[in-house]
Amino acid sequence: MSLSFQVVVCGSVVPDPLQTLEPVMTPAGPALKNELMLPVWFDPWAGHALYEAAHLAKQHPGSKVTLVSLGPKAKLQQVLMTIGQKVPFEFAALDGPAGGFTEPAETAGALAEAIAALPGLDRSRLLVFGGWESAARGAGVTLQTIAEKLGIEDVFLGVDELKVLPDGGLEIAERIEGGRHQVSRCAGPPAVLGWATGNLPEPKNNPQVGMMNMRAVMPALQKARPVKLPGEGLTFTAVNVPKQLRQTRIVKDAPVDEIAAEIVEWIRK
Amino acid sequence: METILVLAHTELDGSLAPTALEALGAAKTLQAALPDAKLMIGLAGERVGDAAKAVAASGAARVLGVSGPDFAVSRYATDAAAAEALTRSAGATLVLAAGTARMLRCLPGVAARLGGRADTHVTSLSVADGKVFVSRWYYRQRMEGTLTRAQRPWFIVVDPGSQPAWSGAPGPVAVEEVAVTLTDSARRTTVTGVRQVAADAQTIRPDAELLFVAGAGWTKKQADGQTHVPEAETLIRDFLRLTRASLGSSKSLVDLGGEGQAVLSFLSHLNQIGQTGATPRHPKGLSTCCHGEEPHTVGWRFIGERRAISLDPNCGWARGKADVLYVADAFAVLRKVNELLARG
Repeated sequence: MSLSFQVVVCGSVVPDPLQTLEPVMTPAGPALKNELMLPVWFDPWAGHALYEAAHLAKQHPGSKVTLVSLGPKAKLQQVLMTIGQKVPFEFAALDGPAGGFTEPAETAGALAEAIAALPGLDRSRLLVFGGWESAARGAGVTLQTIAEKLGIEDVFLGVDELKVLPDGGLEIAERIEGGRHQVSRCAGPPAVLGWATGNLPEPKNNPQVGMMNMRAVMPALQKARPVKLPGEGLTFTAVNVPKQLRQTRIVKDAPVDEIAAEIVEWIRK
Repeated sequence: METILVLAHTELDGSLAPTALEALGAAKTLQAALPDAKLMIGLAGERVGDAAKAVAASGAARVLGVSGPDFAVSRYATDAAAAEALTRSAGATLVLAAGTARMLRCLPGVAARLGGRADTHVTSLSVADGKVFVSRWYYRQRMEGTLTRAQRPWFIVVDPGSQPAWSGAPGPVAVEEVAVTLTDSARRTTVTGVRQVAADAQTIRPDAELLFVAGAGWTKKQADGQTHVPEAETLIRDFLRLTRASLGSSKSLVDLGGEGQAVLSFLSHLNQIGQTGATPRHPKGLSTCCHGEEPHTVGWRFIGERRAISLDPNCGWARGKADVLYVADAFAVLRKVNELLARG
């Protein structure tokens, strides 16, 4: 049985994790200090979702991967120079905020509209991928909301493995409590999968893939529709960086026996 | 006036998990702070009678239940249908639930279905001027925000371990059964099982007193110019066996495995702590061979006492991220620690 999928991956930018982040209150709500100046990455969980999508498409000829991103246009362009060299995909962009304090229901609404408007969308082959959380808001709310807006009833979160069965069904392993996986069988698309890390390493950069992707990425960025996320009904009263600096006692040049005895005493306390 | 609904799913044996009682504890505190607020409990599962009896003394005005074989397993379509029916039946404005994998998957969808909003990973709740506020973390536990919402129903999913659990004597209680009609499309997914490593090999122990984190240093060349991965494996396994600690790892160590390099064989992405991993809650944490930079230590936000062993006296742990930093060879220290632990 020849199977092919239309995989739509939702993902956007997050600040480089090595940057110091400081919140500021603005008239529009909380934001990050110098947010527009901060270097950004493609969100790592969305990245896993994208690599898994590309892997799936490679295994099933005729499949197509489309990355749908909502983020500041300039930042998207910046990360696509890198992520665009990893795996082949088509691209659709929405120009709007991607920060952690945006309202996920509004983000999901905009993304669902963009997905529904993709040319040639075939629900019988549709798999919507994304990160189960993000390194910004980290709520794990957006994908289920997209599923509801698109009328998709099969949703999986914390996915580490997807196998396509010979009958076209999907076997999916999701993370559950205690370091375990729940394994489910879904009759087939449409389905929404929020990926954890999966099992694939990050693909190496391939300039040829980059060249191919950029031909579609630049026009898509130029056409990016502006999106406003007003955060209706949502009021932040405070956003703070916790002061958790500890007085570190540095034990240097102490004999191993002494250190080990101290650690054992601490463990047993 | 708010109507608070505590939503919980029953376990396979019909009981309630401790995390559900934590959500109930949070709801009781909220009810006490909100004049005229009503408390209700909604249970879903194959059978809900035993769970209902367990919360009989909670003072809930109504205990609602959705039960049947379709609701035994964790599946989005049926879990969402049950939660939707319970929320509608209760007329709930605030819905509290524990952040289990099952609830985290379905409740945001139910919020969208009912025109409400959902906040997950909530770590505290408060009331001021009659308004409910919740706090949660942003940017992978780097900053904490406090917010309130106008939309109802408002689904508040609390992080396990963040709230005191409610406790009370079991007793008889009348459960109002809520009917849910499922279409065939809700059964397109079937749960076929749970995959887990053998009990002895399970290194992720959420209830452990101690989190032990292995960094990439364990697989690097040591003073003799050689790597000692098999010895590292033995030392770490022995330590975990002797202490029953939970094992975490830094991303770099897990990634090495993905790239086919020699690494500790029992580590998987599930052990990953930090920026792209878990943020577990344990009273104590011991980091070894990890440089303690921000992407790793954000996963330590909810670790009480922190100690680290590193050869680098200027590593991240030394800069206020650990209570004690031992500048020493982790191989030598762990060898001796295991010896002392084995002596009892």
